[in-house]
Amino acid sequence: MKREGRWKAYAQKLGLVLLLLAAWEGTSRLGVWSPHLFPGPVTVAESLGRMAADGRLWEATVRSMGRLVRAYLLSVAIGIPLGLLTARLSFFRNAVKPVVMGLQALPSICWLPLALLWFGLTDTAILFVVVMGSVLGIAIATEDAVNGVDPQLIRVASTLGVKGLRFQFGVLLPAALPGIVTGLKLGWSFAWRALLAGELLFVSGGLGQLLTVGRELMDVPQVMAVMVAIILIGITVDRVLFQTVEVRVRRRWGLEGAM
Amino acid sequence: MLRALLGRWRSSLRLLRPAHVEADRAKISVSQLGHRYGNKVVALEDVDLNVRSGEFVCLLGPSGCGKSTLLYALAGQVKPTGGVVSIDGRRIAGPGPDRFLMFQEAALFPWMTVRGNVTFALAARGVPRAERKDRAETYIRRVQLQGFEDALPHQLSGGMKMRASLARALAMDPTVLLMDEPFGSLDAQTRIHMQELLQSIWLRTHKTVVFVTHDVHEALMLGTRVVLMAPRPGRIVRDLEVHLPMPRHPEDAALLEMVRHVAGLLREVEHRARPEAPAAPSSPPPRASAHAAPSATESVRGP
Repeated sequence: MKREGRWKAYAQKLGLVLLLLAAWEGTSRLGVWSPHLFPGPVTVAESLGRMAADGRLWEATVRSMGRLVRAYLLSVAIGIPLGLLTARLSFFRNAVKPVVMGLQALPSICWLPLALLWFGLTDTAILFVVVMGSVLGIAIATEDAVNGVDPQLIRVASTLGVKGLRFQFGVLLPAALPGIVTGLKLGWSFAWRALLAGELLFVSGGLGQLLTVGRELMDVPQVMAVMVAIILIGITVDRVLFQTVEVRVRRRWGLEGAM
Repeated sequence: MLRALLGRWRSSLRLLRPAHVEADRAKISVSQLGHRYGNKVVALEDVDLNVRSGEFVCLLGPSGCGKSTLLYALAGQVKPTGGVVSIDGRRIAGPGPDRFLMFQEAALFPWMTVRGNVTFALAARGVPRAERKDRAETYIRRVQLQGFEDALPHQLSGGMKMRASLARALAMDPTVLLMDEPFGSLDAQTRIHMQELLQSIWLRTHKTVVFVTHDVHEALMLGTRVVLMAPRPGRIVRDLEVHLPMPRHPEDAALLEMVRHVAGLLREVEHRARPEAPAAPSSPPPRASAHAAPSATESVRGP
């Protein structure tokens, strides 16, 4: 019965997507707007296919993802320890946390002008923007996760006489892991947004540039095709990577039904 | 009339005798213990309690009588505002490896298997890695949880979780086991099973156990000694030794008679505490009940 329900959900999803595509195609064929400005899904798919065939799309994707992965790993490497420290040490809680919260109020793309002045038109500037966009979110989520650890487990650890590193890495970190994974997922989506915003404004290859080029050439099908590609990549990473990890962790931790 | 009284004490209640343990022969010694929460609520006042090594002491009383506070003071988790708690003659200043506190919840680490939880405790105690697995298995067998070594806590029932928690406690091998209503959240059937299991383990290991409960039957089922406490201010009103042979049976007639008797005492304590509570929570009520206790005990020792 469970399986049937899942198939039904898939069928409904597919049905809606088909319906939307049909509506889109229908609207574009009506000719209310010029077909150059409002191409139908078929034209967009053709453009996507062309870009995929001549390798432009792959090149841009590889380039963007390369930047994203580097920046994201850096964010994780800084964000998680920062979050742990904020949760555990009073100096970080009282002094560093307000600064982190303050900086978090700044949309990450606002760092771009400064980054361009500091690092010039280099990849480092984009990395900087992406790191600034995701590191604080990861740190805050990690801190929340650590603060949200069941106090019972901490008390048990103290009666077991668990202290020091064994406590930090054997109890606190695993206990906070489900929350940290959620934070990592959030950080990834922040990073993804910051990256594309950066690439749009500052042309140096990547998916963002492909979008800008499309606009400059008045090639609306290309613009839409790249948008579709960005959506597909975003969904794939989120669903395939993070969703799987998150569900696995939550299931093992007993936070979700065992089925 | 004396004869009638005698007849009454001829019954199984003669197996319920007041306890007298001198401080110098005690393993756990509590003297003049007092505790106030936030300098206002008197959780404990002038509590004296001596526990011999190998005794199974049940702290019994209505909620608010300070039984849990007393237990946490023994565990070193609560710093009492007055008085001294010492174990083996040494004053305690915090949690230590010689005492292990078990909570009402199993509080297992959810990401570790049953075996993982036990080996983690062994690791915390400093047992060498090579020995951990075998020893964990021994403790898991002792709580009759074999076959579930690789199960995760959320896959276990409430009673099984508690057993795993008990295995972890045994793995710590403390000389004193402190238990805070550990079976309070279990259903009646499972609770009886757990009591029988705990009793059989205690009979084998003869650890000193201090067990907090508000269930009279549970206290008399398990304890070699039952300490009755009363609220406002939290204090000890009776300290009785239970001379029923072990292992005990939950339906045993003598046990049930004792349960009725002690439940009566408990009701008396509660009724006495209530009217005086708002007026003066200080000395008069405890004095009265403190006198009541020896007078009852005299008649026990008479014949």
